[in-house]
Amino acid sequence: MIPAAFDYHAPGSLEDAIALLEQHGDEAKVLSGGQSLLPLLKLRLGWATQLVDIGRIPGLEYIKEEDGYLKIGGNTREAALERSDLIRTKYPILLDTTLVIADPVVRNRATVGGNLAHGDPANDHPATMLALGAELVAVGPKGQRTIPITEFFKGLFETALAPSEILTEIRVPSPPPRSGGAYRKLERKVGDYATAAAAAQLTLGKNGKIEVAGIGLTNAGPVPLKGTEAEKFLVGKAPDEKTFAEAARLAARAASPTADWRGSVEYKREMARVMTGRALAAAAQRAGGM
Amino acid sequence: MAQHTIHVTINGTAHEATVESRLLLVHFLRDVLGLTGTHIGCDTTHCGACTVLLDGEPVKSCTVLAVQADRKQVKTVEGLAENGNLHPIQQGFWEEHGLQCGFCTPGMMMTSYALLQRNPNPSEAEIRQAISGNLCRCTGYVNIVKAVQHAAANLK
Ligand SMILES: Cc1cc2nc3c(=O)[nH]c(=O)nc-3n(C[C@H](O)[C@H](O)[C@H](O)COP(=O)(O)OP(=O)(O)OC[C@H]3O[C@@H](n4cnc5c(N)ncnc54)[C@H](O)[C@@H]3O)c2cc1C
Ligand code: FES
Ligand code: FES
Repeated sequence: MIPAAFDYHAPGSLEDAIALLEQHGDEAKVLSGGQSLLPLLKLRLGWATQLVDIGRIPGLEYIKEEDGYLKIGGNTREAALERSDLIRTKYPILLDTTLVIADPVVRNRATVGGNLAHGDPANDHPATMLALGAELVAVGPKGQRTIPITEFFKGLFETALAPSEILTEIRVPSPPPRSGGAYRKLERKVGDYATAAAAAQLTLGKNGKIEVAGIGLTNAGPVPLKGTEAEKFLVGKAPDEKTFAEAARLAARAASPTADWRGSVEYKREMARVMTGRALAAAAQRAGGM
Repeated sequence: MAQHTIHVTINGTAHEATVESRLLLVHFLRDVLGLTGTHIGCDTTHCGACTVLLDGEPVKSCTVLAVQADRKQVKTVEGLAENGNLHPIQQGFWEEHGLQCGFCTPGMMMTSYALLQRNPNPSEAEIRQAISGNLCRCTGYVNIVKAVQHAAANLK
């Protein structure tokens, strides 16, 4: 399979990349790891006459803690998350997530920024970032702005990014003590998109009760879903089985999945419930509460 | 149609070529350079038959543009044997019968090669995880895992 013709640009700086995107407007697309974009172009489901490869721009690949945030550069590869001691020890929810995205060879190219910018409700990072309350940094012709994750996903394959904006950084608030998070996914085979998946992040108070709860669902609707009702329900409750069962029920109730070869609407909603329950239990255990 | 002149080092040899923007790395290797050891098995980035090393990391060359390899190092299955001697990875697949039709084998070997560079002592689980993006349609994975274990032992 061969993509339709396009021109390729490999700018050496963010400024040059943004200028190219501005110059070409709707005709242009950012190329990062290419693991979503190139398959679409090969199948001719996607279209662009100008590809602006941001892979050669220095300084966009990092994982660090700074100013109370975990900061991930927009071009950071999934494989880098997998190999990061910081992620493994302090942000296991992100390790859970990256390990179920595609397969290890694809993860050598796929980027965290691309996973979010693609706006695919089947991608796994969005739910996790919703649970974590992340912020996304975008740079465009008018400079830099920060977008809360709750305002980022606008529709199917549609995000808050303007056509000439580049996602440069993902910021995750460093969790306070007694926090834990987990991602649980049901997939048919290694590397498949989720039949259903859920991310959960919890912070427990000194009294052992839940103080902060974040829930995100993958492939549960046209956009990545935040389990707002379930989150509200959890606050102030003890992290026990009964509480989690009810929260999982509330999260699944908000889901509006589409039937496809992975299952019917009812089955997917039921699996969203099961995955939410599992993610909550694992999150609580990691937070030291169960 | 947009053309680019690229410089790519493949299996240690420098190549200069003028390619179209949309040319995929796998087609560059196979159709332009005649390095047909790298296979195309699916075109949907699933099977891993097209796996080559790009700056040392296994990638699916059906989902990388040839221009993206400009000024980079590529290693293909043709680059494994040295002076007519099979590489221990190739020896492992031979000794343990890690193939039937052989179609997936180049990709399997490139992924395993990168694994052993990073982790000379992988557990069976680590081997299975590393090759999980490489699909074999005939032989199952038992002998492939044995082949990688054989290679690991011989690379020590
Ligand atoms: C076989 C296979 C299985 C997969 N399975 C999964 C899975 O289970 N779960 C999952 O989450 N993903 C999966 N993926 C998708 C993979 O993780 C994607 O590669 C990733 O989501 C996109 O990252 P990328 O860097 O490759 O982006 P690209 O493909 O380069 O870009 C994707 C889109 O985002 C835009 N974009 C990219 N980076 C930026 C940026 N910094 N700023 C602005 N716009 C940008 C591009 O213009 C494009 O529209 C799979 C892919 C393959 C090939
Ligand atoms: S041909 Fe590239 S993954 Fe199958
Ligand atoms: S040996 Fe035939 S596909 Fe693996």
